[in-house]
Parts: sequence; structure tokens; C-alpha cells
Amino acid sequence: MIGSLSNLNKYFARYKSRLILGITFILLSNIGQVYIPLFLKESIDTLQKNISTGIIQKYVLLIVAASLFSGIFRFMIRQTIIVISREVEYDLRQDFWAHIQRLPLRFFQNNSTGNIMAHATNDISNVRMFVGPAVMYSIDTGTKFLIIIVIMFSLNSSLSLYALLPLPLLSFLVYKVIKKVHIKYTRIQEKFSDLTTSAQENFAGIRVIKSYVCEDYEIKKFSKESDEYLKRNMDLVKLQALFQPIFYLIAGISGIIVIWKGGKMVIDGELSIGVITAFIAYLAMLIWPMIAFGWVANIVQQAESSMKRLMKIFIEPYDISDNEEANNTLFEIKGEIEFKNVSFRYRDDLPWVLKEINLKIAQGETVAFIGNTGVGKTTLINLIPRLYDTVDGEVLLDGQNVKEILLNTLRKNIGLVPQETFLFSDTLANNIVYGTDNDGQELIDKVSDIVQLTKDVEQFPHGFETILGERGITLSGGQKQRATLARALAIDPKILILDDSFSSVDTHTEEEILKQLKNFMKNRTSIIISHRISTVKDADKIFVLDKGAIVEEGTHDELVEKGEIYADLHLKQLLEEELKEIN
Amino acid sequence: MSTELSDDEILGKAYDTKLMRRLLQYVKPYKKIVVIAILLNILVAALGPLRPYLIKIAIDDHIVLKDYDGLLLIIAVLFGALLIQAIVQYLLTYFTVLMGQKIIFDLRVELFSHVQKLALKYFDRTPVGRTVTRVTNDVESLNEMFSSGIVAVFSDVFVIIWIFIFMFSMSWDLSLVAFSVMPILFYATFLFRKKVRETFRDVRFHLARLNSYMQEHVTGMNVVQIFTREKQELKKFSEINNDHKIANIKSIFFYAVFYPFVELLSAVTIGLIIWYGGGEVIQQQISIGVLVAFLQYTEMFWRPVRDLSEKYNILQTAMASSERIFKLLDNKTFVKEPDNPVQLTNVRGEIEFKNVWFAYNSGEEVLKNVSFSIKPGERVAIVGATGAGKTSIINILTRFYDIAKGSITLDGTDIRCFDKRALRKYISIVLQDVYLFSGTIKSNISLGSDKITEEQIIEAAKTVGAHKFISQLPNGYDEEVKEKGATLSVGQKQLISFARALAYNPQILILDEATSSVDTETEQLIQNAIEKLLIGRTSIVVAHRLSTIQNADKIIVMHKGELKEEGTHQELLTKRGIYYKLYQLQYKDQELIKTS
Ligand SMILES: Nc1ncnc2c1ncn2[C@@H]1O[C@H](COP(=O)(O)OP(=O)(O)OP(=O)(O)O)[C@@H](O)[C@H]1O
Ligand SMILES: Nc1ncnc2c1ncn2[C@@H]1O[C@H](COP(=O)(O)OP(=O)(O)OP(=O)(O)O)[C@@H](O)[C@H]1O
Ligand SMILES: [Mg+2]
Ligand SMILES: [Mg+2]
Repeated sequence: MIGSLSNLNKYFARYKSRLILGITFILLSNIGQVYIPLFLKESIDTLQKNISTGIIQKYVLLIVAASLFSGIFRFMIRQTIIVISREVEYDLRQDFWAHIQRLPLRFFQNNSTGNIMAHATNDISNVRMFVGPAVMYSIDTGTKFLIIIVIMFSLNSSLSLYALLPLPLLSFLVYKVIKKVHIKYTRIQEKFSDLTTSAQENFAGIRVIKSYVCEDYEIKKFSKESDEYLKRNMDLVKLQALFQPIFYLIAGISGIIVIWKGGKMVIDGELSIGVITAFIAYLAMLIWPMIAFGWVANIVQQAESSMKRLMKIFIEPYDISDNEEANNTLFEIKGEIEFKNVSFRYRDDLPWVLKEINLKIAQGETVAFIGNTGVGKTTLINLIPRLYDTVDGEVLLDGQNVKEILLNTLRKNIGLVPQETFLFSDTLANNIVYGTDNDGQELIDKVSDIVQLTKDVEQFPHGFETILGERGITLSGGQKQRATLARALAIDPKILILDDSFSSVDTHTEEEILKQLKNFMKNRTSIIISHRISTVKDADKIFVLDKGAIVEEGTHDELVEKGEIYADLHLKQLLEEELKEIN
Repeated sequence: MSTELSDDEILGKAYDTKLMRRLLQYVKPYKKIVVIAILLNILVAALGPLRPYLIKIAIDDHIVLKDYDGLLLIIAVLFGALLIQAIVQYLLTYFTVLMGQKIIFDLRVELFSHVQKLALKYFDRTPVGRTVTRVTNDVESLNEMFSSGIVAVFSDVFVIIWIFIFMFSMSWDLSLVAFSVMPILFYATFLFRKKVRETFRDVRFHLARLNSYMQEHVTGMNVVQIFTREKQELKKFSEINNDHKIANIKSIFFYAVFYPFVELLSAVTIGLIIWYGGGEVIQQQISIGVLVAFLQYTEMFWRPVRDLSEKYNILQTAMASSERIFKLLDNKTFVKEPDNPVQLTNVRGEIEFKNVWFAYNSGEEVLKNVSFSIKPGERVAIVGATGAGKTSIINILTRFYDIAKGSITLDGTDIRCFDKRALRKYISIVLQDVYLFSGTIKSNISLGSDKITEEQIIEAAKTVGAHKFISQLPNGYDEEVKEKGATLSVGQKQLISFARALAYNPQILILDEATSSVDTETEQLIQNAIEKLLIGRTSIVVAHRLSTIQNADKIIVMHKGELKEEGTHQELLTKRGIYYKLYQLQYKDQELIKTS
């Protein structure tokens, strides 16, 4: 099979027996169909010989019977081959999704949603068109073509030769055109994907656009893209519009040749008019498959480019997955964390974000990270549940390299609250129990109490059954943040990581949450990132990050005593008046 | 939400006069192309059916009569007709596709522009993916109708008319026999349509479900992975995927029955022609050529009919799409615009809230009887517990939403009397939810405005302390920003969106937790830097860190949607109310230092 489409072989293999059955049905149906012109020929010839109408009636019945025979199998073709195409579509999409789910964070940060969606919808559907209709029509066309040619030759070989003379020309033209179509088609697809991405980003960022009154600019930008899309389409059409006329022309010429040469043969008494009729009927039978062939060629082109794009995703490496040495007997994690000479950068051409980090967190400890914007706090904690892997050095959990712990075990024991909140457009309750199979109200109440969400929810008319807008849009900033916190608590983690999870929460509420958490976190390890001294001051240990390294560590009092970065920060967060008073 | 979801179930009729009329509005600008297309169509339509007629002449007048020279002449005419047909066909395809493309371009841009005008209320309720589908795929399915469906229907109609003319002119009784199966065909088509409609609804519904599931989970994939829900999500996905498959497979059945049935009917017609026409040939009422021609016409006639179900599908999809598109175009969830907007010039920035009541969903009051006033150039801070309604105050001030009761005035005029976009031009907001677009750092600060120079961009970035990290990026201000700024730290994103607000150099500056994810050092740096900027401008700051707001001229304390306290830092402290409590919480450890 052509290029990337050969990747479909394994899907075809799954439905081999049904596929073979389908092909058999095509053959049978075609046999029925090609008999019709033969009966036509006989009846016309009979008419010319001027015999009784009885024989004609026999042929009439035969024609209808042949059509019925062919029709029954035609029904079964669709029930096999087209159905298979839907099955393959299902399998392919299933594999696609299973694959996507395992791709690392890196992939999602570097590919736009619109782009991934285009693969999942348009590309898969293009491939489906190939698997179903295209395969069906091309086998149908191919076999019909062969049978008809055989019959034509058996009827009259020299007339057949003449009639089929234009065919090689046809193949040549089709080959030429298709090659060019392919490139142009790919360009259209790309633009469509751009268009989708533009719309997607615009609608998702509509609040910003409205705030800054950029609507006109956005509209202009969008029309420009649409216009480019139009141009690329027209560029393709110039070529694509050739298909049909070429087929008409070639098939028409064949028909004309039949009349011309066949007519001459009839005049010379070498041929009956019935044969001419049969030939015309056969050519008519051929022209539609041929036009279908052009259409099929199109589908194959599209499927081919689509499959290529899909394969690009399918070969994306998992990067982060269980390796062979993973210890698959370890399911319990205590929660002792150690970083050994950990260095990290996002790409080879980007500067190091973390440089030779060494740190130890004992089981049950609460530690805090503080440091300037963009210093690498998020990067550092992302290494623990392996959202990214270290470039150098190792992260140890209970003395074991995290790469040797089953991913499932690792992540199940870590409750990470990402810095950016994301909620599903589901009920609030379902969002809270997202990470666990326990969806009891008891659990929901418990974690909501801890994060002080209960009193907010009491004011919602539908309580926990409130359906959230996309990404939780209908909640206030702090409500969103606390809901994601509750979600992490609900999985009862051994290690809790809060990445600046109180940034949108007022101090009063924060204080309450921290108080409650203290209880909850007994015997669990917790890591808190924050810019607020008030959040980190009670931690067992505070790490201060600067320029990719840990520059200070100790308790609040020790660090204030030390009088360097942390102490400075502390001073800065005091109110000015207080400062006056202190001085 | 449920009302919106049902959008995807809109089925539409295959042909809906009202919709069609509305669609035709979009064809109007291209009348010329339409006229050309129709003329070409008539020509092409005549040329096709002409050939069997010529062949009949060839058989009856030349082959049977053994006139070879005459035959050659006919051959030449046949060839000429064929050539013209091919050329005309090419032009026809080209022009109709051109028209289709232009129409969908117009429609797409109109739709996009319309969406830009919709109020946030619409976006609160509608998943982004759904609106994207309207603008992309739904419009695209109209293209198919315009460029192949409609034209094909046209040419089919003309072809059928010509076939009628040729057939009846050759033999009217044989024609009647040939068309006698038509009623059965009509009935079969009717039944087919009914069945397909039902399955079509199912397929659409499941497809929409599949798409919105994927859309949402691609966006939130890190959550799926962090909580190791891959297995459960895959199961959920396969259910949805499976429903989609089943719906599709169900619809295959009807096509599988319909196509062969039409095929059978055509064979019956051929049979009838041979049986009846054969008798007539024997009785020498018609020539053998007529019979051959009739057989060809039958083939020609049934072809469009056979394609009908295909076209029906195109039409049905297009009608359903256009119904959804028009529904979106008819969605007038706008924030009301005054008929005669008051001109906004020299905004001083005096703002007054008078007994304002506001609810996102009627009945669920989020702001209750809020009144306060801000003098020009004043710096005002809003504090309060999460969910107290701080962001909501900002949302109504910029008229993202309209209030239920009371009034908000700017420089003494109700803000509802201004053109809301003119109003927003005087206000810059740093939104609580940071959003960056894919593009460059530069384009994210200027948002494409050509009024903002490169110097201004850098100046703004310097003011918010973002210049340092930006200049360390490999490409500086031209560094690529991914969708939602995925490769930047959260604080960095916030700084960029802050810089954006400053670059626009507003009369009124609103900061909704603009530095919540920024470190203290940078925050203080910003505060000092904007101090100068803010002279003579009104500013409203929402913040949880009291250190950032202590210098405000006025602090407003919100609690559960109500304004509870109002005054300067000192005044509020002496009041010993909510603010005092907040203050105590935040600084009690520092009191300790004081006492020690
Ligand atoms: N778009 C919306 N649709 C419906 N309800 C909303 C919407 N936005 C906010 N709410 C609700 O209105 C109330 C006030 O929200 P608002 O965003 O004004 O709070 P806030 O004071 O800004 O809180 P935070 O400090 O957490 O950001 C909350 O209970 C919230 O759930
Ligand atoms: N996916 C990524 N690809 C490339 N660079 C990245 C990526 N994510 C973060 N960075 C860069 O790495 C550095 C550290 O980012 P990180 O998110 O860890 O900072 P942070 O300390 O969490 O900051 P903040 O306080 O703003 O959250 C930043 O300079 C950021 O621009
Ligand atoms: Mg971070
Ligand atoms: Mg808010």
C-alpha cells in the first residue's frame, strides 16, 4: 500500500476474514451486474431476427434476476466493508487516544489544542474514508473493469482494442494530476488547521480581546487567514476540476470509437447491433467506476497526508514511562524525598533552569520553597511525579530513583496541585473526587471543609451538583483554586505538593486552610511553594531558590536570623509603618 | 448548558425554504457567477442527452442503411459535442467552487465578527470548542453544498428535463412505460429519507460528544496524568467512541438497502423498455435505434437519482449546519448598546456606584446594594474574602455584564450611555485569569495594535520587571509564545499581561490580583515604578496581600457581595472591623518581632 497508509495493515488484519468476505461479495455482485448488458445484447439481436416476443420476455426476467442477484450482494458489501471501516475508525481513534494520554507534558505544551483536535477528528475521518468507501470502490472498480474487459474481448476483440485505446492516456493524465494535487491538498489542510487554531485561541481569550478592544484587529487577522484558505482551495480546484472532464472525455471517446469502428463492422456485416448496444452499456458501466476512480484517487491522497500526520503523532516518544528496571513490587510510598545533583533544562538550546540541586526532605516533614518569579520552583516539583525527567542527577523517593518506581504507584501517592487551575465542565462534586473511585459525599464534605469551600458551596443553588463552566470559568479565582486543592486531598496522598495554591485566596481563608491541613498532613510529606511569608513561615524547613540553585535553607527563625535573602523578603512584606516602628 | 448541547442535535430538513432563502442572501453578491453557471449548466445538460440521440441517428440512418460517410459525419459531431462538454464542465466546476468558496468566506468572517460581539454570558455557558466548530466545520459543510450540492442538483434537473424532451419526442408511449416505476422510486426515497434523518441525528449527537470530550481532555491532560486517571478516562472515551461507531453502523444499513433497491428499479425499467419497446420494434412502430437510445437514457436518468441519497446527505448536513450557524448569528446575547452613545472625551476617571445589584444568573445576587465613589486620579483598593464579589465589580464596571439594579457612572454619566468599546478604550485591566496568545512576547504585549511602538513595549516590560527575563530568552521580545503561554512560568505570564495593560497607557487602570503569582521583590519594584505612572489616573486594585494596597487613597472591603467597610488604611484599622481582622492575621507574626 502507498506510503504511510501501510500503517493501516495491522487494522485490516484484524478484520481479515470479514474483509475477504466483503471482497467475495463484490465479485459476486459484479458477476450479476455484467450479465445485464449480455442479456441486452441477446434481446436486441433477437429483435433484429424478428422472432416471437416469448424469448424477449425470458431475457427481461433474466435482466431483473441478475440485478436482484447483484443487489443482494451489494447490500452485503456495505454491511461488511463499510462497517469494517467504522470499526477501523474506532480502533484507530482508540489507539490515538491511548497514545495521546501517555505523551508527556512537553508534548501538550508545544502543540496547540486545535492542532491535536484536527488530528483526532479530520485526519481520522479522512483515513476512514479510505478504509471504507475508497477500498470498496477501488476493488469494485478494479474487478468490474477486468470482468468487463474480458467479456468485451470475448464479444469482439478488435472492437475492444479500439475502444480501450484511450485508456493508457487516461492513466498517464491521472498520475500526473494526482501528484500535484497531493501537495496542494496538504497546504489546504495546514491552513485549515491554522484557521481552527486562530478561532480557538480567540474565543478562549475573548476576555482579553474585549478588554483591550482588539476585536477589529482580530477580525482583520481572521479574514486574512480565511482569504489565504480560499486562495489555496482555488489553487487546488484549478487542477481538481480537471478530473471529471478528463474522464468524460476519455470514456466518451471510447464510446465514439465503438460507434465509429463498430458501425463500420456492422455495415460490413461483421458485427450485430446488439454487440454495439452491449459495448455502449459496458462503457457506461465503466465510466462511473472511472469517475469514482478519480474520486477514490482523491480520497487516497487525503488519507495519505492525514495518515502521515497521524503517524507523526504516533511516533512521538512517551519519554516518561515505566522502564524495564522499574520495581513492580513496590506499591507503598512513605514519602522521603531526595534530590541528588539534579540539573534540568527544557531544551538543549535553552539555559539551565536547575543546577546541581541537592536537598533532602524527611518523611512527614513540611517544607517550603520560595524564590523569584521564573526561578524554577514549578520545574523542581514537577520532577517528583515525573511530569518531566531530570536531565542530570536523580530524584529519589524513599531512597529509590523515581524512574524505577511504577508511574502509577508514584503518581497515586502524590497529590499535586498545579499552579494553574484546571477543572472539567462537570459537577463540582465530580471534580473534587476526580482522582479517586470513592465518590461518597462524606469524602467530599471532608475535603471541602479542609479547604474552606463548604461555605461557598452553601450559597450555590445547586450546591456540589453545580455544573462548572469550561475550565471552571463560573467560579471565582479563589474558589477554583480551592476546588483543585480539594481534588488533590481527596486522593489521600502520601506526598502533597502545593504550587502557589493560595495565590488567589485571601489571607484569612488561607490561614484557616493551613490550620486544617496541619492536621490532615500529619505523617505525610508536604511541599509548599509560595511567595507569601505568611504561608511558608511555619514550615519545618524553607528552601530559598535563586538562579537555579538552593541558596538558603532552614526554619523561618533561622533564616530571619541569618539576615540574607529570606530575611530581606520578610522585611519587604512588612507594612511600611511597621518598618518605621521597628526602626 | 443543556439548551446549548441540543444545538448539535439540530437536524434540519433536507430542504428548508426559510433557511434556503436566507442562505441565498449570501449568493446575491455573486449573481453574475450564478447566471454564468446556470447558462453553462443548461448547455452541459443538453450536450449529454444529445449523444444517445445522435447515436440513434447513427444506428437508424447510417449503420442500418450502410452509409459509412454519413456515419463519419455523425462521429465528428459526437466528438465536437464531447469536447465542448468537457471544457464547459471544467469551467463550470471552477466557477461554482469559486462561488462556494467566496460565500463561505463571507459567512465565516461574518460569523467570526458576530462572535466577537457576543457578551461574556455567552462564553460562560458555551464551551469554546462548540463555537470553534460553528466557525470552522459547520461553515465548511456549507461549502460542499454550495460547490457541489446545489450545482449538481441544478444540472441534474436540466439533464432530466432534456432527457424528457428527447424521450418524449422519440416515442411518448414508450416514455410513459419507462417512467411508470417512478412512483415506487418516490416512495422508496421518502422512506429512506425518514430513516436516515433519525440516524443522522444520532450520529451528529455522538460526534459532538466525542469532540467536546477530546477537546476538554487535551486541554486538561496534565490533570488526567497527575491523578493517574488514564485507565478510567480511556474507558470513558471508548464508551463515547463506541456510541459514535454504533450510530454510524446503524445508518449504514439504510444506505445498504437503498442503493441496491434503486439499482433494481433501474433494471426493472430496462426490462420494461425491452419488453414493451421490443414488441413495438417487432411491430415496426419504433426503430431499433430508438430502443438503444432509450436504454441509454434510462441509464442517464437513473444516475442522478442514484446519487440522490449522496446529495441528500450533503444537503442534510448543510441544512443542519446552516441552522446552527444562523442560530448563532441570531444569538443576540449582547451587552446593550445605547442608540445615541454619549461621546467620551477627556475622561477624568470619576466613578460612582449607586445601589448596584448584580447577578450572573437572575436570582443569585452576587453584588447587593453596593455604593461607593472614586474621585478622579484616586487609587482605590478592593479587598475581601474569596468569592466576595471583587472580580464581579470589575466585570460590571467594564460592562462585561450589565447590572440588574442601580447605576454606575463615569464622570457623571451612566456607563450604559457610552459605546462600551469606547469605554473600554479608556480602561486597561489585568485580568485575574491570565491569558496569553500564541505568537511572540511582543505581540502579546501590543496585541497587534500598531499604535504601540517597540519602545513602549520595552518600556512597559521594564516597568513591570519583565525585561530582565525576556532579554534572557534566545530571541528576546521575538521569542515564540505557545498557546496559553505554556512554556513560561506563571509569574512571567502575569508580568506580561501586566505589561500589556501599561503599554496601552490607560486613563483608568484596573489590577485584579495582578501580582498574585509574582515574588515580593518584583512586586515592590512594580509598585514603585507605577507610582509615577498613576499620577492623575484612576486606579482600582484588587489584592489579597495587604502590603500592596496600604497606600491606597481608599480601601473598599467586600463581604459576601456587600460593601462592609470603606476608608483609608488607618481609618479601617481604627474601626476594628473586618479589615482589622485581616490585617491582624497577616501580620501577627510581625507584631511578634515588634514586641521582641
Ligand atoms: N461567570 C460567572 N457565572 C456565574 N457565577 C459566577 C461567575 N463568576 C463568578 N461567579 C460567582 O460569583 C461570586 C463572586 O465571584 P467573584 O469572582 O466576583 O469573586 P472574587 O471576590 O473576585 O473572588 P476571588 O478572590 O476568589 O477571585 C462567586 O460565588 C462566584 O462563584
Ligand atoms: N515548558 C517550558 N519550556 C521552556 N521553558 C520553560 C518551560 N516552562 C518553564 N520554562 C522556563 O523555565 C524557567 C523556570 O520556570 P518555572 O515555571 O519553574 O518558574 P517558577 O519558579 O515556578 O516561577 P513562578 O513563581 O512564576 O511560578 C522560567 O524561566 C520559564 O520561562
Ligand atoms: Mg511556578
Ligand atoms: Mg476574583
